[in-house]
Amino acid sequence: MTEQRRNDKKLEPWRDPRAEPYIRFENVTKRFGDFTAVNNVSLKIYRGEIFCLLGGSGCGKSTLLRMMAGFESVSGGNIFLDGQDMADIPPYERPVNMMFQSYALFPHMTVEKNVAFGLEQEKLSQSEIASRVSDMLEIVQLGQFAARKPHQLSGGQRQRVALARSLVKRPKLLLLDEPLGALDKKLREHTQFELINIQEQLGVTFIVVTHDQEEAMTLASRIGVMNRGEIVQVGTPTEIYEFPTSKFVADFIGSVNMFEGVLIEDLPDHVRIQSNELGGVVYVDHGISAAPGAVVWAAIRPEKINILRTPPPDVRENCVRGVVKEIAYMGDVSTYLVKIDTDKIVRVTLPNIERLSDDERILWDETVYLTWHSSSPIVISQ
Amino acid sequence: MANSRALPAHARLRSGRLGPLWDLFFRFGPLGWSHYIRSHWAGQRLVIAIPFLWLLVFFVVPFLIVLNISFAEWAPLSRPPYEPVLRWLEDGALQVKLVFASYTYLLHEPLYVSAWLYSIKVAAISTLFCLLIGYPMAYAIARSEPSVRNIYLMLIILPFWTSFLLRVYAWIGLLKNDGVINQFLMWLGVIDSPLTMMNTSFAVYIGIVYSYLPFMILPLYSNLEKHDQTLLEAASDLGAGPVRSFLRVTLPLSIPGIVAGSLLVFIPAVGEYVIPSLLGRTDQLMIAKLLADEFFMNRDWPRASAVATVMLLLLIVPIMIFQHFQNKELAAAKK
Amino acid sequence: MKSRRWFQKSALLLGFAFLYIPIIMMIVYSFNNSRLVTVWDAANSPTLAWYGKLFQNDQIMDAAWVSIQIAAMSATAAVILGTLAGLVLARFGPFRGRSLLSGMSTAPLVMPEVITGLSMLLLFVALEQLFEHWFGWSFGRGMITITIAHITFTMAYVTVVVQSRLASFDDSMEEAAMDLGAKPAKVFMKITVPLILPAILSGWLLAFTLSWDDVVIAQFNAGPGSNTLPMVIFSKVRLGVSPEVNALATIMVLIVGAGVVLSALYMRRAEKRRKREEQMAVANG
Repeated sequence: MTEQRRNDKKLEPWRDPRAEPYIRFENVTKRFGDFTAVNNVSLKIYRGEIFCLLGGSGCGKSTLLRMMAGFESVSGGNIFLDGQDMADIPPYERPVNMMFQSYALFPHMTVEKNVAFGLEQEKLSQSEIASRVSDMLEIVQLGQFAARKPHQLSGGQRQRVALARSLVKRPKLLLLDEPLGALDKKLREHTQFELINIQEQLGVTFIVVTHDQEEAMTLASRIGVMNRGEIVQVGTPTEIYEFPTSKFVADFIGSVNMFEGVLIEDLPDHVRIQSNELGGVVYVDHGISAAPGAVVWAAIRPEKINILRTPPPDVRENCVRGVVKEIAYMGDVSTYLVKIDTDKIVRVTLPNIERLSDDERILWDETVYLTWHSSSPIVISQ
Repeated sequence: MANSRALPAHARLRSGRLGPLWDLFFRFGPLGWSHYIRSHWAGQRLVIAIPFLWLLVFFVVPFLIVLNISFAEWAPLSRPPYEPVLRWLEDGALQVKLVFASYTYLLHEPLYVSAWLYSIKVAAISTLFCLLIGYPMAYAIARSEPSVRNIYLMLIILPFWTSFLLRVYAWIGLLKNDGVINQFLMWLGVIDSPLTMMNTSFAVYIGIVYSYLPFMILPLYSNLEKHDQTLLEAASDLGAGPVRSFLRVTLPLSIPGIVAGSLLVFIPAVGEYVIPSLLGRTDQLMIAKLLADEFFMNRDWPRASAVATVMLLLLIVPIMIFQHFQNKELAAAKK
Repeated sequence: MKSRRWFQKSALLLGFAFLYIPIIMMIVYSFNNSRLVTVWDAANSPTLAWYGKLFQNDQIMDAAWVSIQIAAMSATAAVILGTLAGLVLARFGPFRGRSLLSGMSTAPLVMPEVITGLSMLLLFVALEQLFEHWFGWSFGRGMITITIAHITFTMAYVTVVVQSRLASFDDSMEEAAMDLGAKPAKVFMKITVPLILPAILSGWLLAFTLSWDDVVIAQFNAGPGSNTLPMVIFSKVRLGVSPEVNALATIMVLIVGAGVVLSALYMRRAEKRRKREEQMAVANG
């Protein structure tokens, strides 16, 4: 939804070569002793973005965030914010604020005092502080909780206090470390959209660290996928999901069926891949940049595969026969694990659009045919 | 590259202002709180330096002085009563005169040898009794209802807050020949003539156990409290009886608590002075009493220093084990 | 199962009897009229005679005043030094000299008092010589030297209390404050100190008690005219039991007992209120 809105507004500065990046990571490296937590990361982030750093635990995403905030020194490379080199600026002088995963609310201060803390460090007048704090509390809908202490708030309310406290200083950049990690699933979905609304209302640039791909997909204008201290791919959520450039990304985001094969035909408008794993040929309706004979992988998302009970006529490519081994009913969709003739297990998800009677339903041990559209496979060469 | 980044130029200047003395102590690697505390805030050196220097001057240097004097020659008539080990001669040379007489004396003199053995024996037996009394109590508290647990703990700690000296003193009234215990036993008719309990080893054990019991119970309790109750349930599920599951599960898991508690009792008990002075035997001294007597009565500072040095050497291994456990405990609290 | 409950109950009962009977006997006998402490003079007891005598005893009263001053001064200084040491050990990460600092600050916990007392005294003697040599003037031993010695051995307790309190929560709160623009010194005063205030308070009380209670270290480092209360009691008690000491002990036990019980009750109530508020927050959230 937000993705759509952003496209409508043509808010995609990363496609404009003349656009000036707001934040630049240039060959940033961080070593802890022998361990390299962040390895030679270069990244450009533009004003007004919600940029998500996505990766598993220990991939270096939090370290990158903490270097931006100033809590960790940089072992090599440079970080620029709005054209200014951040290296020698201590965290208390950076125009950057951070929302902590644990929220880190001060337990001995009221909500109001927590939010005012940052402003009090700026030597503003009492009346200005008061009005900015109350404005901010209105934005996060906590006006009537101003006098409470953190332990008197629910998890969702604490999260909003943490957000208000980090935004009230009007930072150039807000860093969010797993902002929704401590909330339960229902609240998380609601809060995601609230976060986007607040971001658009205030126009602050966000960098979000998360391990939750769903969270990244909904929040982000762009996602940077990290693995072992390196950025593996940067792109919009659609790009990351539909066109992963590596096996790691394809596998990490969503689930995917991966077939190893050899490129047998390579033309500008289509390619053919002979895959022994699949026991057939994958026909893809777009060209790729690889030489014939190269080993590649065809990745097909489970929801892009169709299940047929009878063999489709006249089709020899993008079709394979198999036996249903497992069916998992998950309410909105059902997942089928189909063992194809080469003994490989293929995962297929189908939406449960209609209520089917027992004899219409696909059953265990039924022989089925899997097909997919020629635009669905993604060809990955690494 | 990494080095030039570690300390920005202006930070080097700022720390330089605090003087070369601290630089001597703290030319160190990366800091945890955050790197800029090191690189941007010169005050952190001050924060480290204040307690560091205090302990160095008032804790480490005194030991060096003790060590130094223990090698000096006793000179009863001079003030202070020893010949300095190090002396600058007229021609600027440094004269070093090490005398081992104090050490050879206290390793050969029967009075000393028996005092050493007796001190260790008293400390060991007292520690054992502390453990035998403290373990069941700590166990019972850890297994009691959470609502009463804090009350029990308070009752354990409460005597610790009252005067140690007076608590030892209280036992005099109980243990004396005409004391409460003897009067009570004679009234019961268990004994005809009073038992001699004062000025015996028994009285010293009681005094030490009584004074140090909280030090045994608290580490044991904090260990036993953390035990997962489901482990015992699993053990009994697997067919282990209560005794067996205690011996096979609870006891091995509580070893860190036992070690910490035992060392907290044993180490100070070896050097205990007050309790044996008030309750103990007059014919068999403990080592701390000897030390004090050498110092105050004989004014033999080298010998007193030698006793202190040997005592410290004896206790250094237990002390290091204790610190090891202490640090592990703190590291565990961090997680 | 039942036998185990019985065993636990009797272990507690016997243990507490062991801990409290001597104290109770001491309190009872403080009201005994007989000078022979242990012989109950039924005809004239209970009596407050010994309490009266206690307050007329100038030696004890003077010593108590000396002890209070020393304990208050050394507890205050120990809290400052111990808090800094605890902060450094818990928060400043690895630096050269860290293990030395850590060792120096836990060793006094178990160090036999005679060693501490002797080594401190020898240091003061050496310093006196140096002062005399350099300035032709020397400080005498007395309250100051006792206080310094007490600071050194009590700050270890404060360090441990503060360090374990700091270790119980991560440093994100301090980082957050710094992130919001507070400089390190301000972070310490506004965030760290309030968070560890309970540890600082109990550290102060602990240091006060230890100093108030110490006889060995004080005896080594005392000078003429600086007799502390434990030193006076010790010399009195060595000569035998004294009913005045019973009265003094009773007063001390009652003060401490009342303080501990009241603070425990207060903490219990605060804890309960906090739990209730947390539950309400979750219910309303």
